[in-house]
Amino acid sequence: MINRYQVQRLGFILLGVISLIVVLPILFVVGNIVVQGIGAINWEFLTAMPHGGMKEGGIFPAIVGTLLLVLGTAVVAIPVGIGGAIYLAEYARDTFWTRTLRLAIINLAGVPSVVYGLFGLGLFVLFLQFGTSVLAGSLTLAIMTLPVIISTAEEALRAVPGEFRLVSASLGGTRWQGIRHIVLPQALPGIITGIILGLLRAAGETAPILFTAAAFYLPRIPRSLLEPTMALPYHLYVISTQVPGMPPRVQYGTALVLLTIVLSMNAVAAIIRSYFRRRREW
Amino acid sequence: MEPKIRFQNVSYFYGDRPALRDVTLDIPPNAITVVFGPAGGGKTTLLRLINRLNDEVEGTRMTGRVLLDGQDVYAPGVDVPRLRRRVGMVFALPLPLPGTVRENVLYGPKLAGIRDRARLEEILERSLRLAALWDEVKDRLDDPASRLSGGQQQRLCIARSLALEPEVLLLDEPTSGLDPISTGKVEEALQQLKHQYTIVIVPHSVQQAARVADYAAFFLMGELVECQPGRDLFTTPRDRRTEDYITGRFG
Repeated sequence: MINRYQVQRLGFILLGVISLIVVLPILFVVGNIVVQGIGAINWEFLTAMPHGGMKEGGIFPAIVGTLLLVLGTAVVAIPVGIGGAIYLAEYARDTFWTRTLRLAIINLAGVPSVVYGLFGLGLFVLFLQFGTSVLAGSLTLAIMTLPVIISTAEEALRAVPGEFRLVSASLGGTRWQGIRHIVLPQALPGIITGIILGLLRAAGETAPILFTAAAFYLPRIPRSLLEPTMALPYHLYVISTQVPGMPPRVQYGTALVLLTIVLSMNAVAAIIRSYFRRRREW
Repeated sequence: MEPKIRFQNVSYFYGDRPALRDVTLDIPPNAITVVFGPAGGGKTTLLRLINRLNDEVEGTRMTGRVLLDGQDVYAPGVDVPRLRRRVGMVFALPLPLPGTVRENVLYGPKLAGIRDRARLEEILERSLRLAALWDEVKDRLDDPASRLSGGQQQRLCIARSLALEPEVLLLDEPTSGLDPISTGKVEEALQQLKHQYTIVIVPHSVQQAARVADYAAFFLMGELVECQPGRDLFTTPRDRRTEDYITGRFG
């Protein structure tokens, strides 16, 4: 006869095993990339142009290209996203129009990234004639990122207790002053989390930049926003599938650099979150 | 004496549900007027009509007029933030804003555009003294307000309202979350304040109503049953329902 304490212990063990099953593949993937890629990492790999059919030299332009695209995405998506979230959370009344808007945002978050790529190709590259460029790529990535930023920021704003808005109003504050001085600072950790999650996705995506920004082989830094650029995810795709005889060391090294950029952004987000959470007072 | 606040035939509805029914009430200056009665009587609504804090609530309807110094506060063109600086409000629960004691007190004055540091310091000390809090917090002005005790937080909220040098102070069950000693301190502070301000308070008990009232208005289901000087209302109420309530027959 098993008593209920033994059943509970069995339950704990089962849950522990399940958690391990969740974590193991991630650890394996990261570990594998680190072990196989670390040998490729040296000063030349990080700072030199590729040559010899991309089998030699470094991946400098791809690193810079990815950082440029993320920066461009941030410049567009952060103000628009926060603005949209403030409108939806603080000003919009519950009407047919705002319900439609919300539904659209939720659905946009589920659109496959290649569709964003095609949209960017149609609108920015061809119709607006930006060409295949950092600008077109950044705008495409920004549109892909916006739903994530808007919905997390809206959530964060709504989590701030309504009493703060009431108190601010009772002290002669306009609605905007209450948002600006009380609500927004309180919601900041959540908003920053959403921004970084969105930008992470932008940094790692291949499909949206495939037609809008990425160059197959361009061993220099783009001189203007209207030039195409190399980028890490696309470069990884190219050297993994399009170039015969590519040493695996270079492939894994590239993956490791991309992973490092993404994970360190994640770490920054975690640090910012915990810093603000310690200062929060509700 | 000219009343400070006048309600003229005010009715107020949340959707179809009436919260106030044809209320006509004069509130005299420099005195404590107590608005009391069982829950759901429209007391909070009455208070929030004076500083228009119910403006943001959707689906409400109002008839009648609310006058402050003879001016209709719902007239078109009224500067609502300015009205709310003239009519301060303290809520049922202590609601310090995020930030320090100092930031809490100076939030309103800074929004009102006061930048001069010496002037702000002066406002800080004066408001905290008026709320009988200065001696307890003068060394902790830059501590988070959330670290004060509940009673101190509520007096901080009073100080925060007073920092705007209002003419009217509305208090909605300001001591409902406080222990008797803190309650006593808040009531003491109010007795000092009434010489300069018009005070309207929703008390959290009949006992408190009787203790602080210069004038008392009894509300039942949105209806003003009677309004008299406090010592009369609590000794010789005119209406049977008032008597039943204050003697504890219902409530």
